Amino acid sequence: MTIKLGVPSKGRLMEKTFDWFGARDVGLSRSGSDREYAGSVEGIDGVELVLLSAGEIPRELAAGRIHLGVTGTDLVREKLGQWEQQVEELALLGFGQADLIIAVPSCWVDVDTLDDLDAAASAFRAQHGFRLRLATKYHRLVREFLRDNGVADYQLVDSQGATEGTVKNLTAEGVADITSTGDTLRANHLKILGDALVLQSQATLFRSRTASMNDAERATLKTLKTKLRLER
Amino acid sequence: MPRKAKIRARAAELQAFFEAAGATPVETPLLQPAEVLLDLYGEDIRGRAYVTSDTLRGEQMLRPDFTVPVVQMHMDHGAEPARYTYSGQVFRRQEDDPSRDNEYLQVGYEVFDRKKPSEADAEVFALMQEVLTPLGLRAATGDIGILKAAVAGLETTERRKQALMRHIWRPRRFRQLLDRFSGRSEVPATRSALIANQDPMQNQFPVIGLRSEAEIAARIEALKEDAKAPLLSSGQVELIEALLGVREKLPFALEHLRDIAVDMPAITEAVFRLKDRIDALSKRDVDVGNLEFEASYGRTSMEYYDGFVFGFYAPGRADLPPVATGGRYDALTRVLGQGREIPAVGGVIRPDLVLQLEGGI
Repeated sequence: MTIKLGVPSKGRLMEKTFDWFGARDVGLSRSGSDREYAGSVEGIDGVELVLLSAGEIPRELAAGRIHLGVTGTDLVREKLGQWEQQVEELALLGFGQADLIIAVPSCWVDVDTLDDLDAAASAFRAQHGFRLRLATKYHRLVREFLRDNGVADYQLVDSQGATEGTVKNLTAEGVADITSTGDTLRANHLKILGDALVLQSQATLFRSRTASMNDAERATLKTLKTKLRLER
Repeated sequence: MPRKAKIRARAAELQAFFEAAGATPVETPLLQPAEVLLDLYGEDIRGRAYVTSDTLRGEQMLRPDFTVPVVQMHMDHGAEPARYTYSGQVFRRQEDDPSRDNEYLQVGYEVFDRKKPSEADAEVFALMQEVLTPLGLRAATGDIGILKAAVAGLETTERRKQALMRHIWRPRRFRQLLDRFSGRSEVPATRSALIANQDPMQNQFPVIGLRSEAEIAARIEALKEDAKAPLLSSGQVELIEALLGVREKLPFALEHLRDIAVDMPAITEAVFRLKDRIDALSKRDVDVGNLEFEASYGRTSMEYYDGFVFGFYAPGRADLPPVATGGRYDALTRVLGQGREIPAVGGVIRPDLVLQLEGGI
């Protein structure tokens, strides 16, 4: 039997993950053609590589269908209730850093804090007859953050991509999105609210607390953790 | 008998009690249009209620409580005065506490009556207390109306009062606003800079989005006016704090509030209403001398209540949610009635908790 390691199936996140494991003598690679989502593992026996969309990894960990998985802290906290009871953080991988922030048009010179956003939302609702729209794919994290900070009269509208463009396209008044440098936000004439850092995220190796393991698999995990210098 | 059947049977007994008290049994759909609930409670309701959707009716919510549909039903075709009782499931998301039920029965009693609100308040409370007597529960009461009156009577600008009123149910934000308006907290640097700027609308940023230049300019104007307005006096803040700190047996609470009303005459009417309620409760044989009153009760979890509020708790069982809760929600009928309104008060009991405390399950 093998323990299953879920890794994002494409892009920089996959490459950086491969590099991180490679630096610790665990060789991960995609086998076959570029289009085939199969992988191989070298340097340790009994570990199987499963290539998945980063967004699906939290769900697979929670369901116990994979034992280990690499994904962003943002996705785990968004998708898993009481995440600490479903997965364990084994290692912060030091890449994929991104902040989940709230941004509004730069031309809103009167809005720089959550307090401003709340007041602007109240006036906006009175003027337009609907609640101020924030485009995001992080519904749970953003809603809880705004609730804890006492912001009212807003609504979240779903945006799974090109979120920064929603304001110009008049489908939202502001956005809640992840950013690393802020360049895309600035290019779209948006600015970050000073006190609205919802979450700091980075690529993280998680262990499922629900996946079942036999003695051999437990031994494999221990060997892997030693190799990864997570355990002596 | 299986657990669910026992709870249903207990719910039927409770509902029969309310029917005997003169209430008409009513039913409401399980699926509620999400729009109405979102308009009332804001986005937070999504964290508490289950949302589903279809392509024809759009977003629907699994009934998180009965109050909204019962008010809607009454306002559509109810005769006045009216007393209703209902029994059925409600659904609540419990993402932070798996030990709490996400589906349970509620049995309720609601009164829509324009005459003597204090007597309707007392009627609902006394009935709840009567049917729950054998359980030896602790009752908590409060009155959001007194706090609202205090805010409305503050010696400060209308805009500040509206901001405080809007956040009465969010204690933390309310506190921050009080601190800001009274100068206890510093003005954020970004705001000072904005206010000092002679012509902040003169900038290099392109105008994008639906919020217009006029709206931005109007808010800047409001901020500049606010910066010129005198601070809310520390005396006024202390009175609000004294008010929120009132927590004692009802007769002492009334005395305490009367003392506060000497310096804060705006709450006088609301305190008279409390006195009327105490008298009405006494007439219904409620032991008001031993009834707890907490001025800040009901500020966090009962957003639509705007007057009398109450809850019944099992002593020594902090793990259990309240067995019964209720209150007055005149403002809710105003919002849902679109121009019409009717004073309304009601409460709900959880038959599963009743049965659990009775040892029946």
